[in-house]
Amino acid sequence: MKNSDVIIQTATKVVFFIIFLFAIHIFFAGHYTPGGGFVGGLLTASALVLLLLAFDIRTVSKALPFNYTVIIGIGLILALGTASASILFDVPFFTHAYDYFDLPLFGKTSLHSAMLFDLGVYLVVVGATMNIILSIGSDD
Amino acid sequence: MISVLLLFAPVAAALLVPMLARRLRGIHTGWFVLAVPVLLFVYYLGFLPKVKDGGVHIGELSWIPSYGISLTSYIDGLSLLFSLLITGIGSLVVLYSIFYLDKTKERLGNFYAYLLMFMTAMLGVVQSDNMIALYGFWELTSISSFLLIGYWYTRDRSRFGALKSMMITVFGGLMMLGGFILLYIMGGTFSIRELISMAPELAEHSLFVWALVLVLLGAFTKSAQFPFYIWLPDAMEAPTPVSAYLHSATMVKAGLYLVARFTPIFAASEIWVWLVTSIGVLTLFWGSFFAVKQTDLKGILAFSTVSQLGLIMSLLGAAAAAFHVEGAAETMFKYAGFAAIFHLVNHAAFKGSLFMVAGIIDHETGTRDIRKLGGLMALMPVTFTLALIGSLSMAGLPPFGGFLSKEMFLTGMLSLGELDLFSPAAWGTVLLVAAWIASVFTFIYSFYFVFRTFTGKHKPDLLPKSAHEAPAGMLVSPAVLGLIVIAIFFIPNVVGNWIVKPAVAAVQPFMYGSPADVDVHVAAWHGHITPELMMTIGIVIAGLILYGLLPKWQGVYRAFPEYLTLNKLYDSAMVFSESGTNRLSRSYMNGQIRSYLIYMFSGIVIIVLGSMIAKDAIHVTMEGTAPIGAVEIGLIVVLVASVVTTLIARKRLTAIIALGAAGYVVALFFVVFKAPDLALTQLVIETVSVALYLLAFYHLPKMSRHDEKRKFRVGNALVAAAVGLMMALLAMSAASQKALPSISQFYKDTVYSEAGGGNIVNVILVDYRGFDTLFEIAVLSIAAIGIIGLIRLRLTRKGDSSEKQ
Repeated sequence: MKNSDVIIQTATKVVFFIIFLFAIHIFFAGHYTPGGGFVGGLLTASALVLLLLAFDIRTVSKALPFNYTVIIGIGLILALGTASASILFDVPFFTHAYDYFDLPLFGKTSLHSAMLFDLGVYLVVVGATMNIILSIGSDD
Repeated sequence: MISVLLLFAPVAAALLVPMLARRLRGIHTGWFVLAVPVLLFVYYLGFLPKVKDGGVHIGELSWIPSYGISLTSYIDGLSLLFSLLITGIGSLVVLYSIFYLDKTKERLGNFYAYLLMFMTAMLGVVQSDNMIALYGFWELTSISSFLLIGYWYTRDRSRFGALKSMMITVFGGLMMLGGFILLYIMGGTFSIRELISMAPELAEHSLFVWALVLVLLGAFTKSAQFPFYIWLPDAMEAPTPVSAYLHSATMVKAGLYLVARFTPIFAASEIWVWLVTSIGVLTLFWGSFFAVKQTDLKGILAFSTVSQLGLIMSLLGAAAAAFHVEGAAETMFKYAGFAAIFHLVNHAAFKGSLFMVAGIIDHETGTRDIRKLGGLMALMPVTFTLALIGSLSMAGLPPFGGFLSKEMFLTGMLSLGELDLFSPAAWGTVLLVAAWIASVFTFIYSFYFVFRTFTGKHKPDLLPKSAHEAPAGMLVSPAVLGLIVIAIFFIPNVVGNWIVKPAVAAVQPFMYGSPADVDVHVAAWHGHITPELMMTIGIVIAGLILYGLLPKWQGVYRAFPEYLTLNKLYDSAMVFSESGTNRLSRSYMNGQIRSYLIYMFSGIVIIVLGSMIAKDAIHVTMEGTAPIGAVEIGLIVVLVASVVTTLIARKRLTAIIALGAAGYVVALFFVVFKAPDLALTQLVIETVSVALYLLAFYHLPKMSRHDEKRKFRVGNALVAAAVGLMMALLAMSAASQKALPSISQFYKDTVYSEAGGGNIVNVILVDYRGFDTLFEIAVLSIAAIGIIGLIRLRLTRKGDSSEKQ
């Protein structure tokens, strides 16, 4: 999968960050407006796929040296850990906690343990999608 | 609370064991492990005074309160007796294993980790008041037994024996779970105590007999009763300390424990009395008869264990029979329950020491084959003494504990003859005669075991090692047990008052209010000639004669055809199920994904459409649907066009792009219907999957789609049409009728106040239905790992990897 189209490569360098930032936005927006970990993860994955299409796999894995299998593991641990943490506070499994805080710069912000769980979902989705795409794509 | 946590002390210690085994190689790991059962034993001893007066200790730790499932440590007479056995014999076995297992050659970390795991499981079984917890611990004993039998996993027979025991005991465990669930349906609680208190109502229930049979299946498989005993002889492949511990003193007694524990509930049923007594006597007879056939020392002990378990089982049956007798506490019916528990203690002591003796012989001579052994008396005098004590106690001779419980066993069997519960009435007599004959064979195999090994001619040339006495450390444990065997004979009533009576009161609450009510006095000599004494004398005379004539009639065993045995049945069932399932899966797994898709889709259609038709659920109205405007019509036209293009495209690339177009149209539908979350997700998924198709494009087989057979294409078209029809009908029927009010109002009401969120879709994902999401991402991960595995496997098959070197 060699691609040397300069226009695509140059555009990708900008568009990648736009998609990625949008993914982050979508991820955090999730609890109140459309979005969430699943979509956010998929968007991130699609940004990475764009990179893969514009450049070749070797270049991308040199630039972003992530082991996506490990990312799956981290995501699963995060999700299960968030769900299990409630046991330590003597409430049933999977009880979420949330509260409102005054944070500098952000003002009044709601912090929710569901966000941690969603981060787990996000990581698993990115990891799984990239694993599938990389293992199919790199086999040539 | 503390007592519940202490149940897990062994398994917590097991976490440290592998580290100790690796770091401190100089010291045998067993020395560290030994502390666990010893400390627990001392802890449980502390309960004796309280329990002796009829008190109970209850520790509770709630686990799943919404289902009424908790971890309980309920210590009454019965569970305390078992807990003491588990920790007491456990200590001796660990001590013995220190000398039995070589610290340089064996994987001690594994051994002790499994053993400690078993200890927790077994303590849990006997102390759990909650049936679900009991079931969990019960299966854990099966698993740890599996691991311990297969400890020397490089041996074929070990793996076979481990699997066999697992298959049979787990089958029984599942049956028992079914029984527990039926009890829960009847009584509405998982607590055994509460079930006992409502025993009279339960007996009226129509499911009562089913629960009874299922619970008994669990008990019979675990306690190696006929016809499930076949796993126990094969379990003898385990290291001898394990055989002494699990397969004679504790785990196989879990079934007896279960029967004893449930006697107050089930005793009201005559079927219970009948089944437990008859199977017990049959097992007693069968085991003792075939013990004489064995040539392996541990084989003899295995069959003798089977037989002794049957003996205790039959006594428990007789103890339940006392329920049906007026004023049983004053008549001879009172002896059976006492005898059952008393013999259980005796058996644990003498059989434990005999197994250790067999292990010593194996260790010091290199063989357990009784045909090669002989004349070891002069070479191993201490071992001989210990073997003699154990065997004579097993044979039921004074001055050993076995004599007392054997006499009481005969009393219990005599009492059955007086019972008019059985029909035909002669059945009680048949049981008595069978029990007597079995006792004769018990006498014979006890003598066979000890005198064939230790007397006669020494055959040094047949032995792999030159025989010598065992090291002192190895003799300590069997010697302690031997001393207990003798001590029980001289102070039976001390043992009776402190240990046996509280347990009896727990087994027969319908007769006794407290341990002090159990009016049984054990005596070796009753002051006059009793029928039991006559029977014992008969056993000794018949046993001596038959033992003397053994070479003349041992050939009888060869007359049994091999192909009729239960082992053969098990083997052929295993072979049949393996080859059968193999053939079955080969017949439809042809390696083509499109065939599998056909199976899946047709399966879904049949199940969904079938149940919709069966439930008369197909119902379509256009009421309340959104109006269909120009936008929708336009989208549908594009959708149909792209689907048709996918179907008829000649090039695969065209098909992929057309399929992507169809997906985007669906996303647009979501936009039109104001579902931004779905639209967003659908768009991204479509993008990523088209990219994926393009990536995989180069690897797809070059296969023109137009030279497929007509029959195949017609079949595909049918399945596709059926799936479409099913989805359409399902969606429209679901929209047209509401069995329950929509849940969406609940979400609207609670999404901010309860869940602290604003976007219902996302809050459903992470909170309301968080479990779903958790499992979905788990499935996603498994799928990703599976794909990596598939592709890596293909790479190695190409041959550039290490596999070829």
